[in-house]
Amino acid sequence: MIICITARASGMDAPVEQRFARAPYFVFVDTESGKSESIENPLISAAGGAGPRAVQLLSQAGATVLITGQVGGNAARALAAGGIKAYAYRGSGSVADALAEYTARNLQPIPLS
Amino acid sequence: MRIAIASGKGGTGKSTVAANLAWALSRSRDVTLVDCDVEEPNLHLFFPAPATDVPVTTPNPEIDAARCTLCGECGKFCRFGALAVVKDCVLTFPHLCHSCGGCTLVCPHGAIREVPRTIGRVSCSRPLSRLVLISGVLNEGEVQAPAVIRAAKVLAEGHPLTLYDASPGTSCPVIETIAGSDACILVTESTPFGLHDLSLAAEVAEKLGTPAGVVINRSNGQDEATVAFCREHGLPVLMTIPFSREIAAVQNRGGLISRDLPGWEERFAGLFRAIPGVSP
Repeated sequence: MIICITARASGMDAPVEQRFARAPYFVFVDTESGKSESIENPLISAAGGAGPRAVQLLSQAGATVLITGQVGGNAARALAAGGIKAYAYRGSGSVADALAEYTARNLQPIPLS
Repeated sequence: MRIAIASGKGGTGKSTVAANLAWALSRSRDVTLVDCDVEEPNLHLFFPAPATDVPVTTPNPEIDAARCTLCGECGKFCRFGALAVVKDCVLTFPHLCHSCGGCTLVCPHGAIREVPRTIGRVSCSRPLSRLVLISGVLNEGEVQAPAVIRAAKVLAEGHPLTLYDASPGTSCPVIETIAGSDACILVTESTPFGLHDLSLAAEVAEKLGTPAGVVINRSNGQDEATVAFCREHGLPVLMTIPFSREIAAVQNRGGLISRDLPGWEERFAGLFRAIPGVSP
């Protein structure tokens, strides 16, 4: 399973970013191999429609779970259609901390409809 | 003759100047007033009258699921996120669409066609025997103001004298309004903010090649900086409207100073004659 976590920088130690489509980085973690890959968000200063475009990016990367602070309405619709579940991490910890909270089943799902 | 009224800064008095100029001119000739501030049209408040509405539509993509292979080209192309290819479907977000038609061109399978969607309306009325009012109205939540402005301007075509009241700012809607005008009136006020935005609006008019002049509204008599700016940029000061409680009172009850205060009909007629390129 591939999990995407929104972050302010690259790597597992980067702080989690609360915004979804305007997050500076997306950190993708493959739970089977344990490997992570950080991608700089090309949509950070997009004029509009960043939500659906970011979901496309996640979909292409094969992510099925998103961990972020919150998502907008257009992003929520695209996430639901793409079968990507979203979970809210509202703490101030790192990507690794958020992932640990998710693994421990401490994160609440973000309603997508 | 087509005259645009713009300002840069909001609240300087564009609509006041447009409405009063239209009223004064309609005393002696046919005038068409076009409200191009389609996100917040307000000229109908000065000229209440029964109106006829014409819907404004823009083309939006529709996906033919039988032809679509989910290749993702459309979603990659659309910089506004109006189409998103996720998993096993193409989602469309019509409110994000700018109607460029690019998705229909990049689709290798001919699976996208454009269908019209209503985004606003143009409201037409004849409040006075020699005044036609055409107001563009963009529906809430929509982004394509220029499409409604274009529609309003098309409906005003062929009229001998047309005034376009622009929205504030200097972005697409203002450019759409000024483009094709024979002259532009820039309304400013005696504040640093008014002058700052006047300089931006003047730059837009210059880039578009539209001759411009300036109206100083709510003048406190200390307009040296504005007058100096106008002199440096070759912009004639067409009229100065003082900061006065009497004028504000007429304005605030939806009145027209050109109609309700002595001397102002003549002053607005004078403003028209002073506009660059006008031969009365």
